[in-house]
Amino acid sequence: MKIAVQADDFDVGVEIKNISKNSKIGAVAVFVGLVRDVAMTLEHYPGMTERAIGRIVDEAGTRWQVMDCTVIHRYGALRPNDQIVLVAVAGAHRGDAFAACEFIMDYLKTQAPFWKKEQTPGGARWVEAKAEDDKAAESWR
Amino acid sequence: MKVRVLYFASVREKVGRQAEELELPAGVATIAGLRSHLRSRGGAWAEALADTKLLRTAVNQDMVSPAAAIGAGDEVAFFPPVTGG
Repeated sequence: MKIAVQADDFDVGVEIKNISKNSKIGAVAVFVGLVRDVAMTLEHYPGMTERAIGRIVDEAGTRWQVMDCTVIHRYGALRPNDQIVLVAVAGAHRGDAFAACEFIMDYLKTQAPFWKKEQTPGGARWVEAKAEDDKAAESWR
Repeated sequence: MKVRVLYFASVREKVGRQAEELELPAGVATIAGLRSHLRSRGGAWAEALADTKLLRTAVNQDMVSPAAAIGAGDEVAFFPPVTGG
């Protein structure tokens, strides 16, 4: 399992290769989040961020058969089209890998302490949390 | 009892502070109590910590509810709802 919170970009191909080394793994489900439209700065709570993501991944492991998992989340200044987040889940079959990947993303959205500040033409503004993200996370209960 | 208090994102900007060591007055033993204590500073403090719907809290890096207890040496954080991913 790998959890990284970093300013640097990541290489999805390399991450998938690193996660697929066990010959029992038959499926890797991958989600990549990108910056849409406007440049932004991402702030986080060092320490708690890694801890919160670790707990979400652990929870996914109690619900589905997760053989390996990589979560990378960036912080700092990001521009449109930049990669923000990677969630890659490896399992024996696709069902568990897909479900665990979606679960981790839905929970990360509401539990991991990151905050986006967008640089709009009218000035910088903090992105507001969406009610639909809370609903998505709650749907797994 | 002494605690370390951290502020993030819009809360940090409003109160103009990132972190502080704080000696709590007797009787302040929960997140809700600490919030009231900080709000009594007035001005930006009263405003930034006013709306509980737009406020999240953590004790020792775990998200908690306002009723959560705080103890000596704890790390307490106030921040808006998260927007990562």
